[in-house]
Parts: sequence; C-alpha cells; structure tokens
Amino acid sequence: MTVITDAAENVAGAGVSGSRRVRRLTGRDKIVLGLMVGIPTLLHVALVWVPTLVSVLLSFSSWDGIGGLATIKFVGVQNYVTMFTVSPTFWPAVQHNVIWLVFFVLLPTPFGVFLAYQLDKSIRFTRFYQTAIFLPVVISAAVTGFIWQTIYDPDNGLVNSILGTNKPGVAYIEWLGDSHLNLWAVLIAASWKQAAYIMILYLAGLKGADPSLREAAALDGASEWQTFTRVTFPALKPINIIILVVTIIESLRAFDLVYVVAGSNGTKPGLELLSILIANNILGESSLVGYGSALAVILLVISLVPILSYVFQTFRKEQQS
Amino acid sequence: MARPRPGQLPTLDRRSVLKVLLAGAGLAAVPGLAACGSGGSAASDPNTVTFGSNGSDAKPKQAYQAVLDAFAKQSGGLTAKPNVQDHNAFQQNINSYLQGTPDDVFTWFAGYRMQFFANKGLLHPIDDVWDKIGGNFPQAVKDLSKSTDGHYYFVPIYNYPWGVFYRKSLFAEKGYEVPKTFDDLINLAKKMQGDGLSPFVQGFGGGESWMLLGTFDYLNMRTNGYQFHIDLMHGKESWADPKIKSVMDSWKRMLPYYTPGASSKKWEDASAALVNKTGGMMVIGMFVGQSFTSQADQDDLDFFAFPEINSQYGTTAVEAPMDGFLLSKNPKNLDGSKKLLEFLGGAAAEDTYLSIDSSNLAVNDKADTSKYGALQKKAVQFIADAKDLSQFGDRDSDPGFIQNVVEPAFAQFVQSPNTSDSLLTQIQSQKSQYFQS
Repeated sequence: MTVITDAAENVAGAGVSGSRRVRRLTGRDKIVLGLMVGIPTLLHVALVWVPTLVSVLLSFSSWDGIGGLATIKFVGVQNYVTMFTVSPTFWPAVQHNVIWLVFFVLLPTPFGVFLAYQLDKSIRFTRFYQTAIFLPVVISAAVTGFIWQTIYDPDNGLVNSILGTNKPGVAYIEWLGDSHLNLWAVLIAASWKQAAYIMILYLAGLKGADPSLREAAALDGASEWQTFTRVTFPALKPINIIILVVTIIESLRAFDLVYVVAGSNGTKPGLELLSILIANNILGESSLVGYGSALAVILLVISLVPILSYVFQTFRKEQQS
Repeated sequence: MARPRPGQLPTLDRRSVLKVLLAGAGLAAVPGLAACGSGGSAASDPNTVTFGSNGSDAKPKQAYQAVLDAFAKQSGGLTAKPNVQDHNAFQQNINSYLQGTPDDVFTWFAGYRMQFFANKGLLHPIDDVWDKIGGNFPQAVKDLSKSTDGHYYFVPIYNYPWGVFYRKSLFAEKGYEVPKTFDDLINLAKKMQGDGLSPFVQGFGGGESWMLLGTFDYLNMRTNGYQFHIDLMHGKESWADPKIKSVMDSWKRMLPYYTPGASSKKWEDASAALVNKTGGMMVIGMFVGQSFTSQADQDDLDFFAFPEINSQYGTTAVEAPMDGFLLSKNPKNLDGSKKLLEFLGGAAAEDTYLSIDSSNLAVNDKADTSKYGALQKKAVQFIADAKDLSQFGDRDSDPGFIQNVVEPAFAQFVQSPNTSDSLLTQIQSQKSQYFQS
C-alpha cells in the first residue's frame, strides 16, 4: 500500500508542477491521471485488501458456507485456540512450510544460480542444456506430481529400480508412503522445477551484466570463485533480490505438487502444508470457512514477515542514498 | 449449528447490501468457487432438463448418456442435457454448485450426505415422484431415500456391496476356506503369508485415504453393531470410547498382513495383485471388478462377508453405498425434472445403465436380473439378506470431518499403529467443530 500511496503522491506532484506550463489541459490531465491511479488502486483494494480483511473477519466466525450472511456465527478466537491447541495437523504444517522454505533457500536456489553461471560461459550445446534444464518449469505442477509419482513408485518406479529397493521384505522404500520420507521426496521433485526457474532468471541477469567487469577481475588475477563472489554476485543485486523473493513466494505457496501426490483426500502424515489445510477446510462439502480463514490468516502473517523485512530494507537503503 | 428447515430461504434485508458486496468479494478470493456455475444455458426451455453428472469415468459417462437417450426416446420431445464434471471435483464444489445455478437434476449419494443438503434447504422434495415409483423399491432403499424430515429427496439407481474379495481358483488351489470369524481371517492371512502371498491386498496411497474407511466401518459394525456405528458417524458417540479402542486393536492384528507399499499405492494399482494372484484378499467394494479385464478372471472373482467378531451382531450389517439423483432447490424445469426422475426410478433406466456399467447392482425390484453374472447375483442376495445397510464412512457422516480429521488419523494409524490411543483422542477433540447441533 505504501508503494501505491507514494506513487500516487509522485504522480499528483508531477501534475501540480506541470500544471503551470500546460494549464489548458489540467482538467483532462486530472481525469486521465485519476483514472490511471484510481483504477489500479480500486482493483487492488477490491481484489486484494477487501478479501484479505474479510478473511481476517471470517477467521473469528463459524460458518459452513451455506446460507446467507445471517448464518455466520461469530465465535471470537475459538478457531485460533482450536488451531493452536487441538489440531494435530497445524504445527506439522507450519514446520513443513518452514522446512520447505529453508530447503529451497539452501539447495535448489544456489544450484540454479550455479547452473546459470556455468551456462553463461560459452560452452558447447549451451542452448540445448538451457532448454533441457528449463523444461520442468514449462510442465504444470500437477503433471510434475504425476511424473514423480511414477518415478517414486515403490515397485516399478525409477528410483527403487535403480537402488534395488523394490523387494518387499528385503529392501523396500516407500518414498511417498513413508511419513518420514515423503516430505523430502516431494522437496526433491519441487527442486527439479525450482532450480530450473532460478537458472533461467539468473541467466537473464548474467546476460545483461557488463562482461568487462569480469574481464577486469580476471586481469587482476582473481580466481573464478573470487570473481563470482566479489564481482558478479554483487553486480547482480537486483536479480538476487528477485530470486530471493521468488524463492520465498514459491515455498509459501507450495500446494499443487503435494495436493496431487497426497492432499486431495485429507492430509497425509508427513505432508501437511498450510495451503493444503486451508483448501481442505474451505473447499468441499462441509466446509469450515471460519477455521480455514484462521489458517489463511496465519499463512498471511508468515508471508508478511519476509515481505515486510524486504520492503523496510529497500526503503531504508533508498533513504540513505 | 442451527439448520434451517427445508424450503426456508436465507433472507437479506436492505441494510446488508454492502455486507453482501463485501462478502461477495471475499468469496471470490476463495479458489474453487469460481468453478461453480455450469451449462444452464437453456434457462426456460420447457423441453430441456439439465442433468449434472459426476460420472466422468468412461463407463458411467457412457451409461448415463445411454439412460438419457432412452429417456428422450419415450418422453415425447423432452430431452435431458448432461453436464458431466470430474467425479472428485463435482464433490469438492458441491456447496457452491448448489448455491449457484445447479442443474435441475444431479447425481449424488444416499445417507447423511443427502440429508445434510436437504436440511440446508438446497433440495426440492419429490414425494409426488415417489408416489409413482414407490412400488419399485424395497423398504431399506425407501428409508435411505428420505431425509430426517420424512420427505423423499432421492431417487436411487444402483448400489454395490463392500466385502472381502478373493479368487475362487486360488482358494481352491491352496485349500483355503472362507473364514467365518475374525480369528479365522487372521489365521488365513498367516497361512497365506506362509505360502508367499500378500494376504491383504490394500491400497490407500496418493489421495486415497478413504479406502481405509471400508475396513474401519466393517470392524466397528462387527464389534459394536450397526446402531453404535451410525451413532458414532453422526457424532453422537465418543471416539475415545473403549469400544473404538477394541476396534483399533482388531485392526492392528490385520496390519502386519497388508501389502507392502499399501500406503503408496492407489487401489487400482494394488488390485493388480488380486488379478495376477500374488495377493489373497481385498477389503473393497464391488467396483474392484473394474480391474479385471479378462472375462475368465472376472468370473473367478468372488467375495465373502467381512467375518464375525462379536456373535451378538454377527454379519447382519452390510456396507452398500447407494448412488442416485437429487432435484435442486429451484429447478428451471420442474415438471420436466420430475418426469426425468420418474424415468430414472423405473426399471428401464436401471437396466440401461447396468447394461453398460456392470460393476453395480440394481436396487429396483423390477429390474431385469436375468443377465447378471454369478457375482452380481450373489451380491444382490447378500444385500437383500442384510438387516442393516450402512453407506460408507464418508457418506454416513459429515464428509469434512471424515476427510480432514478421521482419514488423516487413520493414515497415521497405519504408519504407526501404537499411536492409536492418542489418535482417537485427537479425533474426539476435533469432533465438536463439525457436530454442533
């Protein structure tokens, strides 16, 4: 919201200072500018803020989604109490969302950067590699789920066939069935996409970077690692921030892959995620709209932490400079 | 929670217009609601009835089309326009579907799941249709077609039993006998394991935790009787009751004999073991027949009743889910819809349907059973002999409760059976969210 108000002020300011020179067009200018700012603001408020606030409001209610508004019963913080104290799926879900985030930041994202850095050098067949690595991003997450389901199939799947762990009684690994393994199995499948996504983003950044910087570093006798950490990486700061934000968003909104693999009929032990709990509680025949909204509020609060810290950091730096 | 009487519509006063707008915007943010609303283009066409179908699988789709074609042939100009939706998505979206612009007539299930919507006033009673078709159905079916207010809402088309399915040739070859009691069942499983077979072929992987409910339903009905089971499902009994603990204890005795990888496989994949005779038995519904592609194998398929646990209750309760049709609250073509429902409740519709989708059974007394195979004949008798008919875990109870509370707990139980006591306590403590009335 801050961004929008700022933008509005800037635009309004420009309008005022400009009005001295082109006084005749003031009326139309105002209308045009008003529309240009007003329509997006209106849409933003109607589509983002109103639903968000209504969700927060609903999180204090008990409603099955059937009948008019009169059937909504407000129950105070009961949904939150249930969530924190009674629900056996809530804390695992929070934990899994955090694991997802940390895993994404530590493994597939740096790996995607690594791939991009390698592909940026003019190696042979680089276009082929780019295409091959990028392919998972083009496939929808649901299809990714189906593909990995066959890869992880305990009897005939690729992984167990290679490892020889498809012999019940002797060595048998249920990648998606075992509640201690399934989260990691799904994370690997998700990384397959995430690394590719980061690779293409970073590659675009590298292509736009000034090659003379690296040449200069090389002439100064910097090693490959030094060139990357001291020159390339800092020079690509805008891209780095985008990648960080994308990674956080991808981790928090993780849903489709897990839903395909396990979530469409309640949650599976080991694969609880906040997004899945929200969907299962709000959608379906006998929904708990209030309880689902309370879960959504928790996800909102968790999402706000990285977003706000990013926004504050950006603005602090802008003020400093 | 207060449930409005059928027919009583929620009212909106003028003051709440703004609130409606706000809530509308809020609801728009709920994904999935956008999926509601469907091909109701023939708004006031007196010659068309819209028919919402969840029969998206190949056979049901074809079978329903044949039924609707047969209806058009004899109705004198009235046609039914099908609107086929993905089976699971249809159920997921049913709330918004019924509150939006539902089709006139649509497919649904008997039991608590139908009564829930009837009590919410989202269905149109069809007592006058039943005046005409009532003579076709046995009493147990009639009872399942009524809601708690005594009115009829449901026209059934078929049902099918759950049981323990096995291969006759395999039992004959190994000299196995059909178990009479639960102890016999466990001994048989032990013997099968000794013979290198996988005793209980089960599959509840992926999103198929619901497969676990069938076993629980039977264990509970055999241990504690039909009435206790239904009361438990309706939220009137405690899940922390020692009676349920003993059910879980029986279940624990079965678990060591489950197929390896049962938590990872869908039943469709798991049932391959029954087809290729590497597995012994499968607690499942008659739809397991869909896995048998060769006629010879299909003829070899047989089932027995889930064996007795408590002699007081014997094996008199049978799980036999029944599918059929409902009439939405404000059908665009009420007269036409009732004509369609009347046709659907007749023997001709049922015969047409079952001639294509033969994994189900007619519930209509007048339906033609002469073409039934041995398995179907046995199943019809099995259901006819039952004293009580349960529907299925998620049809006899609040589906949200079952999906979000019971199924995850059962999935956890199968992974770590020793946690059963705490899982039952968890189910009990979450129950009040769903059953408040």
